[in-house]
Amino acid sequence: MNFKSTIGFEVHFELKTKSKIFSPSPVTYGAEPNSEANVIDWGYPGVLPTVNKEVYRLGLMVALATHSEISMRTHFDRKNYYYPDSPKAYQITQFFEPLARNGYVEIEVNGKKKRIGIHEMHIEEDAGKNTHGTNGFSYVDLNRQGVPLLEVVSEPDIETPEEGYAYLEKLRKIVQFTGASDVKMEEGSMRVDTNISIRPAGQKELGTKVEMKNLNSFEHVRLSLAYEQKRQEQVLLSGGRIQVSTRRFDEATGKTVLERVKEGAADYRYFPEPDIAPYHIQQKWVDEIKEQLPKSAEERFNQYTNEFGITEYDANVLLATKETSDFFDQTVAAGADPQMAANWLNTQVNGYLNDQRVELADVKLTPANLAEMIKLIKDGTISSKIAKKVFAETIANGTSPKEFVEKHGLVQLSDESVLGPMVKEIVDNNPQSVEDFKNGKDRAIGFLVGQIMKQTKGQANPVVVNKLLKAELQSR
Amino acid sequence: MDYLKETIDSLNEKLTKGEITPEQLRDETLAKIKEIDPKIKAFITVDDAAKVSSVSPKESKLAGIPIGIKDNIVTDGLKTTAASHILDNFVPVYDATVIEKLKKAGATIIGKLNMDEFAMGSSTETSYFAKTHNPWNLDKVPGGSSGGSAAAVAAGEVVAALGSDTGGSVRQPAAFNGIFGIKPTYGRVSRWGLIAFASSLDQIGVLSKRVKDSAEVLNVIAGYDEHDSTVSEKPVPDYTEALGKDVKGVRVAVPKEYFSDAVDQGVRDAVTKQIEVLKNAGAIINEVSLPYTKYVVPTYYIIASSEASSNLQRFDGIRYGYRSENAKNLLDVYLKSRSEGFGQEVKRRIMLGSFTLSAGSYDAFFRQATKVRTLIVRDFERVFEDNDVIVGPTTTTTAFGIGEEISDPLKMYNNDILTISANMAGVPAASVPAGLSDGMPVGMQIMAKRFDEASIFRVADFIERQNEFYKETPKGLED
Repeated sequence: MNFKSTIGFEVHFELKTKSKIFSPSPVTYGAEPNSEANVIDWGYPGVLPTVNKEVYRLGLMVALATHSEISMRTHFDRKNYYYPDSPKAYQITQFFEPLARNGYVEIEVNGKKKRIGIHEMHIEEDAGKNTHGTNGFSYVDLNRQGVPLLEVVSEPDIETPEEGYAYLEKLRKIVQFTGASDVKMEEGSMRVDTNISIRPAGQKELGTKVEMKNLNSFEHVRLSLAYEQKRQEQVLLSGGRIQVSTRRFDEATGKTVLERVKEGAADYRYFPEPDIAPYHIQQKWVDEIKEQLPKSAEERFNQYTNEFGITEYDANVLLATKETSDFFDQTVAAGADPQMAANWLNTQVNGYLNDQRVELADVKLTPANLAEMIKLIKDGTISSKIAKKVFAETIANGTSPKEFVEKHGLVQLSDESVLGPMVKEIVDNNPQSVEDFKNGKDRAIGFLVGQIMKQTKGQANPVVVNKLLKAELQSR
Repeated sequence: MDYLKETIDSLNEKLTKGEITPEQLRDETLAKIKEIDPKIKAFITVDDAAKVSSVSPKESKLAGIPIGIKDNIVTDGLKTTAASHILDNFVPVYDATVIEKLKKAGATIIGKLNMDEFAMGSSTETSYFAKTHNPWNLDKVPGGSSGGSAAAVAAGEVVAALGSDTGGSVRQPAAFNGIFGIKPTYGRVSRWGLIAFASSLDQIGVLSKRVKDSAEVLNVIAGYDEHDSTVSEKPVPDYTEALGKDVKGVRVAVPKEYFSDAVDQGVRDAVTKQIEVLKNAGAIINEVSLPYTKYVVPTYYIIASSEASSNLQRFDGIRYGYRSENAKNLLDVYLKSRSEGFGQEVKRRIMLGSFTLSAGSYDAFFRQATKVRTLIVRDFERVFEDNDVIVGPTTTTTAFGIGEEISDPLKMYNNDILTISANMAGVPAASVPAGLSDGMPVGMQIMAKRFDEASIFRVADFIERQNEFYKETPKGLED
């Protein structure tokens, strides 16, 4: 018997705001527990939420980037449940009227393009975090309480684990390039829940859904879906029944493990949040956001490869993160040769970041400095050998390449009227090399270039020296 | 010092002239409370060390004036209980916006007033701490839920007090105690710091013996607040400018549904007499109909209880408030803290609201109630097309006996039929004394268009000047 799979995703993105969705508390990662929670986050008696408008803006960017229909009249609802990390015992979310509906993203698997529908996306507040001590106590940290989230719910269009993987990659890239979220799974700014059901080929109605929550990499998502697909097939083939349940992916064994069986749906007693007035999104604002929407990864890829003539490989490396791509764009905008900028970013800069275990945002290199250095190389002011020295200084201390070069006299010596006599002298002093050259030994030139370099402390322009040497030798 | 004879103006004059200092006024108030309150039991907490502000009485009418606060409005550093066991040791770490504004205007926050637990009740009998007595007859209830606020004003412990009104909780006790009480338009006063009962209906109000005193306090507490997104940005007029006027040409709607047999004859007679006074003074009286009146009680109890069931979930014994000592695990903390911490009426409404929001009953109850609410709003919009105010009795009876109705919740709920509509429609409404019936005060309710508190003050002030009810002394305090 053949089976068909139906895969769905609920992906949460932390929206990148300075303060929380309903309180002025700052949003940061890894702060001292409860240091960034105020009376609103604590759910104190008498407090009220007020909406951080930036949350709408970031949500709308993602809605626009996924071709979704925006709900112009939007409001919040309460989802009621008890848990220590939920201080009001309800989550403020959007249940009746999500921010946007009916979007899509396009994926490509094995050269085949496919549209995956987005059922809806809504904004909501994150909960705090419970930790369990070894002393019998449990602890609640409310720093994360009220961090804004965008939940994106897919349509049941995904049929294979590979499509699922491609969907997540694409969705992450889209959200990442709007700048609305950091999309870091390891920091929880992107969280993936997935579900899968299978049914015999030809059957119309969907099978029973099994959920897997909080998977910590796309690869784990793919592996767990593949495992689950096989497991469910075996259950059905042996006459068993799939239970509505939540399973966990066990990294060590690569298997999924039953966590809990759902008996009846939980009743969250949703109702409209009376503390927040409904919000009318103005078309004018949507238009403004659309206009300011950063270029997508796809648009950038086309520009890099077609307009700039950069290799597809280099373009993809640059597009690994929005930060690198933005840095590249700004470097080019500052006048750098695109291919040279790509080379420097993908090799020297990346190498430095890997060695130091830091991120691009953490170093003192600016697009302006990188562009300046590339210009110095291109116009022959410095040699690529000197450039390495300049780069080390600039990335470590933020020094202007031009100033550094001038201050330390690193300007490349290209003046033939200076280099000419030197070449003459070197050739005069090395008759053996002249002999070797005449006997067809090209190595002789290398030796003589080395001598010139030694004499000029590496500042001689090797291209000019080569040219002068050849002419000088041939004239003998 | 006897507040029965004082007003904010008369106290302000004494303070301005230096006949009394704010400290002395505070101490006299504390002494007065010590003397009277054992009989009335209006206060849950009296702040013996109440801070006296340095704001000059020349700058602010409220400077140095002691004001009582209903105990569901949070006060920084001063215990705030909502009259519940679950918060009986709760000391807030911030001030409600109204408290911040009162303090800035120089008022002295003298103490916290008794109420029905979480404002759920119409008699102040559901308070965890004490039953408050009506100063007109100590065997009678002061009404509720702002019963402590109304009794403290009527007994002359304070000149003005803040209350909150979700379905009549300022107006009904004002009526029962023979004083003025106003629930402003929903969105006129910030709810930041008001312990929520039903968020879409709650509004902080003022109670005082004299109409002008409420106007002075509302002038201070009303207005935009960045902490409450349901508060209007409309500028606040000076409400005292509406006072001292006649009522010539004022269009007064009298809904026939408010004069049915469900309302005691004595109450109807007293209010009808006041309407005659208005008519004789040149007001235009129009009989109107508010046909949805018969649905307001069930509609209100569905919406209010639904919102309350959610609002009160935060009292879970985890972060503040009462936590059961018998709890051995997380579920225990929730179940036992809440079972032991909440009183019967609160539990009844939490259960009712949890039911009306549950997946199986949401459409039949909550959704249906919000539709009826829209019809009630339209009822009012229609009447206000041709009228400036709507008047009628505030309550169906005068104050009933302590213990008389507490065991019959449905009867208690039905008492609110005349006051609930204003909360459902979000319009401002007040109760002004209309005389006595069998020796107990009767209140006349005045409602107006959204944000037209001025019309209410105008008519109420006129009535007050005509009947001079404030000259009557509560009989329960006479030995």
